[in-house]
Amino acid sequence: MSTEMYKPGSYPNLPPPPGTVGFYGWIRNNLFSSISNTLLTIVSVVLVYYLIDGIIGWFLFDAVFDADSKIECRKINDGACWAVITRRVGQFVYGFYPEAERWRIDISFLTMFIAFAPLLYPDLPKRKWLLWFSGIYPFFAFILINGGFFGLAKIEYSLFGGFMLTVILGVTGIVCSLPIGILLALGRQSKLTVVRTLSVCFIEFMRGVPLITLLFVASSMLNYFMPPGTNFSILVRVIIMFTFFSAAYIAEVIRGGIQAIPKGQYEAADALGMNYWQTTRFITLPQALKISIPGIMNTFIGLYKDTTLVVVIGLLDPLGIGRAALADTKWNGLSTETYLFVALFFFVSCFAMSRYSLWLENKLNTDHK
Amino acid sequence: MSFLSYIWRNEKSREIIVQIFVLLCIGWFLSWLISNVDANFKALGKDISFEFLFIPAGYDINQYLIDYNNRDSHLRAGIVGLLNTGLVAVFGIILATVLGISLGIIRLSKNWLASKIAYWYIEFTRNVPILLHILLWHGIIINTLPHPRKALNLGDVTFLSNRGFYIPKPLTENGIELVYLFLVIAIIFSVLFFKYAKKKQDLTGIQYPVFWINFSVLILLPLIAFFISGMPISLEIPALKGFNFRGGMHMSPELAALTFALGIYTAAFIAEIVRAGILAVDKGQREAAESIGLKPSKVMKLVILPQARRVIIPPLTSQYLNLTKNSSLAIAIGYMDLVATLGGISLNQTGREMETMVIVMLIYLSVSLSISAFMNWYNNKVKLVGR
Repeated sequence: MSTEMYKPGSYPNLPPPPGTVGFYGWIRNNLFSSISNTLLTIVSVVLVYYLIDGIIGWFLFDAVFDADSKIECRKINDGACWAVITRRVGQFVYGFYPEAERWRIDISFLTMFIAFAPLLYPDLPKRKWLLWFSGIYPFFAFILINGGFFGLAKIEYSLFGGFMLTVILGVTGIVCSLPIGILLALGRQSKLTVVRTLSVCFIEFMRGVPLITLLFVASSMLNYFMPPGTNFSILVRVIIMFTFFSAAYIAEVIRGGIQAIPKGQYEAADALGMNYWQTTRFITLPQALKISIPGIMNTFIGLYKDTTLVVVIGLLDPLGIGRAALADTKWNGLSTETYLFVALFFFVSCFAMSRYSLWLENKLNTDHK
Repeated sequence: MSFLSYIWRNEKSREIIVQIFVLLCIGWFLSWLISNVDANFKALGKDISFEFLFIPAGYDINQYLIDYNNRDSHLRAGIVGLLNTGLVAVFGIILATVLGISLGIIRLSKNWLASKIAYWYIEFTRNVPILLHILLWHGIIINTLPHPRKALNLGDVTFLSNRGFYIPKPLTENGIELVYLFLVIAIIFSVLFFKYAKKKQDLTGIQYPVFWINFSVLILLPLIAFFISGMPISLEIPALKGFNFRGGMHMSPELAALTFALGIYTAAFIAEIVRAGILAVDKGQREAAESIGLKPSKVMKLVILPQARRVIIPPLTSQYLNLTKNSSLAIAIGYMDLVATLGGISLNQTGREMETMVIVMLIYLSVSLSISAFMNWYNNKVKLVGR
């Protein structure tokens, strides 16, 4: 021990005790802080080891990526047989869209990111110009994908399928349901009894029944409600149902946001002499939407995942393509591979969406921390 | 002129005018829809009638909780389907709750590794559509489990095969009434004792070990009765006969896949709800509880959980509701629930889309409305009283 003398206030800072900082400190605090904690760590390590050992081998190292049938796959190796995917990857992405026209899908998909960028990232440079593009994008994409204009061949809706169909259903549903959801939320909070009752009935009905029954209605009954002779495509009918369904959920989320706004805000708006629409436009919605961003994003992710239900009424989304592949005697019984592949696609896109929502939430958070 | 402008400028009268206008629009729209339906039905020569419910259904259902055969009516087929929906919902809810709460707690654990495993489990599960979960589990059971002859054998009593799971079935014999009677007595005793102990604590501050006493009474009394009356419960163990198992309880691959998928998927959401609920309790509450000397278990039981419960219960109920509604996806793997019987086969056989869908939707609607009514009642009951 040193016996050096220090003047008051000049004692040097000592390093923290060893074992509380750095790598060892972190391990001690986070993995082995107590007996039960140590046990938990050991169990977790064993679990992770078995998972990696069992799954990675099956998934990757013992897997077969190219073969003509399941039997051939099994001859080569005993892991996953990804040949069922690689042989039909075009169908999984584009459905039965004619091969010569697939560039149209590629272009609309790539430009979709340009169209969405100014909406998703508020401080993008040249945002105003890009917003113009976002405005015309729906028409642009419709013309490109559907065809029938400017010499582009018209493509039947029944040929749409695969991940392309998922994205079309999801994006259209999301874009259309937000405005309807906002109107429904305002309607539910309205002073006018008739408007309020109607909104409540619509919202509760849509939230009360399973989506699958609504899709059955779309596929088998919606034509009865139209003037005799009208016949519009099943794709449009399904999009209408998706839109209404998620609009009802979005309405509930936004209502929560509206109710969270302090009463003083409305009183201040009244004091400034704003009318209902001015209050809504400048006071209610900016704050309510900001609060409800996580909920809205969750609803979007839910809608995106729910697009898989169209397989039940016979549309060929990735699940439909997968089931068609499994019905082929060559690939019979490879359900795990097929469904895991589709699951991976959904995981990547939904996880990206939820990360974006977290980022936006933090960015818009003006609380004092 | 000035009268009209007065009516429009007066808030009251303007509201009435707007509402009448909205009502007229909606009324016109509805009558347009109904006239369309009428015209379409006339053109097809159809009518609306619910008599089809009482004619024989003519199809088989592979799993029924009440007696059913294909000569029974469509109505009975629908009820069988409804009960099947209820069965899978109950199984799913139990699995989801147990798994979800454990995951939520592990997610909050101080152990970095365990918490990360729970995190990735939750993210992987909830970002994949429920329909995929169902198909994946169904595929795994059908395609990777062995045939009944080579079934996975768990201790010679439970067998897993691609025709489903076979578990022992409890059979009751004479004298079981005594066990039931003792069970009822034990329940009554524990409720009374709970009330008594609470009253005593309020008056004097003396605490009894209520949980342990009630727990042992509930276990011991029926057990004593079980032995006194000569062990009236026996297990029927499934046994391989020919190509399949006989005896025991059979859980079809569809029911098993649906239970797993619904339970595991919903558990991820429940875990997040539990975590958010516990985190929502102010840090100062825990610190205060610790500073007045409560044990960690008491801190949890008396301070954290009662406050977390208020945040957890409403979204938990809506997850249960979602699970029940998601069970309608059973149709994708051929589990005969309400949508598959009444809204599926009955619809196709009778061609009565309108009637069957209306019934199916009304049933789901009444279930969810009654659950949300309960939720509102509960919310009001536990709401913090604002001043």
